[in-house]
Amino acid sequence: MNVDGIREMFQNGKSVEELVHSIFDKIEHSKLNAFVTLAKESALEEARRVDKHGAKGMLGGIPIGIKDSISTKGIQTTCCSKILEGYIPPYDAHVIERLKAEGAIIIGKTNMDEFAMGTSTETSCFGPTRNPWDLIRVPGGSSGGSAAAVAGGEVPLALGSDTGGSVRCPASFCGVVGLKPTYGLVSRYGLVAYANSLEQIGPFAGNVKDVALLLDVISGYDPRDSTSVTKKCEYLKELREDVSDVKIGVPGEFFGEGIDEKVEKAVWGGIKALEDRGASYTEISLPHTKYSLAAYYIIAMSEASSNLARFDGLRYGLRLGKDKDWHTTFSEIKAQGFGEEVKRRILLGTYALSAGYYGKYYLKALKVRTLIKRDFESALKDTNVLITPTMPFPAFKIGEKIGEPLALYLADVNTVPINLAGVPSISVPCGFAGKLPIGMQIIGRHFDEATILRTAYAFERGMK
Amino acid sequence: MITKKTVDHLGWLARIKLTEEDKEKFTDQLNSILDYFEKLDEVDADVPPTHHVLGLTNVFRDDVAGQSISQEDALGNAPKKERGYFKGPRIV
Amino acid sequence: MKDVIIGLEVHVQLNKLRSKLFCSCSTQYHDSEPDTHTCPVCLGLPGALPVTNGKAVDNAIKVALALNCNIEEWTMFYRKNYYYPDLVKGFQISQYDYPIATNGSISLETEGGERTIRIKRVHMEEDPGRLVHVGTIDKSKYSLIDYNRSGVALLEVVTEPDLRTPKEARLFLNKLKNILEYLDVFDSSLEGSLRVDANISIAGGKRAEIKNISSYKGVEKALLFEIVRQNNLVRRGVKVVQETRHFDEVRGITISLRTKEGEEDYRYFPEPDLVPITIVDRVDDIKKTLPELPDAKRQRFVLQYGISDNHAKVLISELGLANFFETVATEVDANLSATWIADVLKGELNYRDLDISAFSPGHMVQILQMLKKDTITENGAVQVIRTILDEGGTPLDIVERKGLQPKMGAEASGNITLRVIEENPDAFQDFCKGKNEAMHFLMGQVMKETHGTVDRSTVIELLNKSKKEKLQNASDNHREA
Ligand SMILES: [Zn+2]
Repeated sequence: MNVDGIREMFQNGKSVEELVHSIFDKIEHSKLNAFVTLAKESALEEARRVDKHGAKGMLGGIPIGIKDSISTKGIQTTCCSKILEGYIPPYDAHVIERLKAEGAIIIGKTNMDEFAMGTSTETSCFGPTRNPWDLIRVPGGSSGGSAAAVAGGEVPLALGSDTGGSVRCPASFCGVVGLKPTYGLVSRYGLVAYANSLEQIGPFAGNVKDVALLLDVISGYDPRDSTSVTKKCEYLKELREDVSDVKIGVPGEFFGEGIDEKVEKAVWGGIKALEDRGASYTEISLPHTKYSLAAYYIIAMSEASSNLARFDGLRYGLRLGKDKDWHTTFSEIKAQGFGEEVKRRILLGTYALSAGYYGKYYLKALKVRTLIKRDFESALKDTNVLITPTMPFPAFKIGEKIGEPLALYLADVNTVPINLAGVPSISVPCGFAGKLPIGMQIIGRHFDEATILRTAYAFERGMK
Repeated sequence: MITKKTVDHLGWLARIKLTEEDKEKFTDQLNSILDYFEKLDEVDADVPPTHHVLGLTNVFRDDVAGQSISQEDALGNAPKKERGYFKGPRIV
Repeated sequence: MKDVIIGLEVHVQLNKLRSKLFCSCSTQYHDSEPDTHTCPVCLGLPGALPVTNGKAVDNAIKVALALNCNIEEWTMFYRKNYYYPDLVKGFQISQYDYPIATNGSISLETEGGERTIRIKRVHMEEDPGRLVHVGTIDKSKYSLIDYNRSGVALLEVVTEPDLRTPKEARLFLNKLKNILEYLDVFDSSLEGSLRVDANISIAGGKRAEIKNISSYKGVEKALLFEIVRQNNLVRRGVKVVQETRHFDEVRGITISLRTKEGEEDYRYFPEPDLVPITIVDRVDDIKKTLPELPDAKRQRFVLQYGISDNHAKVLISELGLANFFETVATEVDANLSATWIADVLKGELNYRDLDISAFSPGHMVQILQMLKKDTITENGAVQVIRTILDEGGTPLDIVERKGLQPKMGAEASGNITLRVIEENPDAFQDFCKGKNEAMHFLMGQVMKETHGTVDRSTVIELLNKSKKEKLQNASDNHREA
């Protein structure tokens, strides 16, 4: 399922309503558990409206799935946490306003790790999503529902959010394309915050062209996000197959121990394919990479511990029967409403910010972040893209790693440095390990999404 | 090394009620993760911290009053309310 | 009161702003239904983001300049993490390191002379919502919360522990209020516009923090209560413990909140949703817009208008009053204006709990001009002022309606005075002997006859003239005899 194909269907007389009906039918019979809330009524109403007045806008009549961490007016938004069960936002996120303005049809909300804290979509209060390539395996996370929905052919497009790899990891595990934009390119207004200084909303699609199209729709300045900036180009227009001017840097640190041999081979194969199309390649070093995970988790958990304080049951969300004094009331709501991983990260973040430890953890992590950012800036001076494996291994089995928090954190080794540096990165399928897809990560300079999209596009065309 | 008592205090600060079992489990898990974080002690980071990757400054809004949401929308998700107010637990 | 040490943390709303600190909700929520002035941002809905009101920063810089502070080169917002039901996000966006300004001062005129109260820091933060307790805070079974106030810009002014008496604390607050109103950033008349946390310790003992006192008088009352309470503890041999107390405005007492507050740890860290603010490049422009402040105005009034320092002090105590004076003083004699505005009009306004906007400067000019031209007596002028305040109307109308005009001609009043002398020979006799009571009696008779429309000086002049004549006659008669 891709956007061009759907437009062709419309041209051949298929109505949007028919398409939307068939999508809901497919989702309702799906084993993936990719969607957690369906917006049937509003989607069908919008479909009929498009059928009546014609498909207008860049995404007229195109169905899309939305990660459950993005605020949708009138559609339950829970971050797949029990603490937000039943919360119906009175407002739309900036990206949702943009999608609606361009005629997209919001099918529903997709599954995710609770509050985006995870790499497997197993911590959702709605149960795990299954990988369409092998149902006993995870789809990756935290935006596993969005990736699985696209990979499983349920929707052509989906939005996720990426704090430390949450778009790219599931894109890699599910064999679809996913992009994390430069920090500031897409407004975070309406994205339920996990770690504010790291995250961006990002597009998923089955191919690079559709990712570029969706990025065109959601990116750009929004005065409601103080960290939002004005974009400089239109991505779909810039897309072409020519990579003769592309200089690829390959950081050795990202091919370190623990990496699956088949993954390594597939990514080198991808680099070779781009070389064959005229790109040049050089080996570079990002010397502070080994500190990224620690710095990332300290920053993310610290910010999260503060972001998740607001769920006290007064204005929205879970409230237990009879109130006690306010301390006890709040403490019991959080004890029952948050899952274990969320509690673990809140406690760690609280510790990292607490009196006497701020300097050792949070401040130190921000300084290390400076070093990591500088690594990227200098590596990207003489190259214009960096290529690495997205994930060190293909999708693992459901339940396989969930008992070992630290081991699971280590899986993010290749994705978190990108969020620390704030640069854009795309994961594009580059082969298989058995029946499991492998993702190749292409990293670019700040706000140079055009070049990573073009490199991914050229590679994708070459694969066909 | 953090102790169970520290975990208990963190639970208080974060207003998350922890069972004895929780405290024991989290003490172990937090210690192994904090051990991993010790890695940062190796780095001699004599550089300014990066709060914002983009280095933006002075982002302001004009002082213009805009539209608020209705009382109905404001209270729409409130589990408990009374006469237009949110209803909360007792304070003391 | 020995060795009393008081420090204040004053929270004033920057309520001359149209919108809140981080969202565009209107600040005009007074007299509105609860929870009608909110949005995703100030309700802390998941996903909402703050954007700083630029004018709030400018206003804060204004205040910092007026308080003689060091203005920092740049400033930023932090999250102060703590829980309370009036706080929508589980943290308050406030400032910590790099506040907008530090090290300022305010000079106070106290009974013990001029005192300088040091200002430790000035910073911006967002106001929490408003908690309504059903009954009193310690008895209430639940709380009700109105978030209309949530997110309004607050300025926190923190003093060093330089205040020595509850009265000084009150003087400090009055002076601060005065400056803020001059700067046009604060309207003290709005409910909840000021809240004070006061720290107080006695004779080196532990300090108590009294939280959230919401009136100027309350601060003085709460501190007086604390001094008595702490002294009594000491007398009974009980140690004062460091704690947070709540001031019950109605009962006039402070109550221990007995929270685990001591264990609180605010875990400040820079607000990642906001970016740093460079101030230096704004300061010069803002300096140019800074109005004349109360102390400077007082000095200028004395120099420029030649009025007394005491009058000047009263006149500058409110910006409206000072402006009123200047308007009037450009039309009529400045000293006469100062006397009538500071001594008479201000008193009449205070008596009626009115402010200067209740009186038109044009009317004051007319009244003073009539006085100058002797077409009204002082007494009449007071009556005109009272009538305007109580019933309305213009000076000329009132003078006519009440028959306060015109003053008796010299001839007519002379005749009446002579008649009174004739009708009261004994009293006149006593007057000639120098008895003061006799003069008051004669004056009273004249006033009665003329309904107070003669000038006292004219009457005295005539009485003296008659006395002189009488004495002259007596001496002539004696010589002849
Ligand atoms: Zn608001």
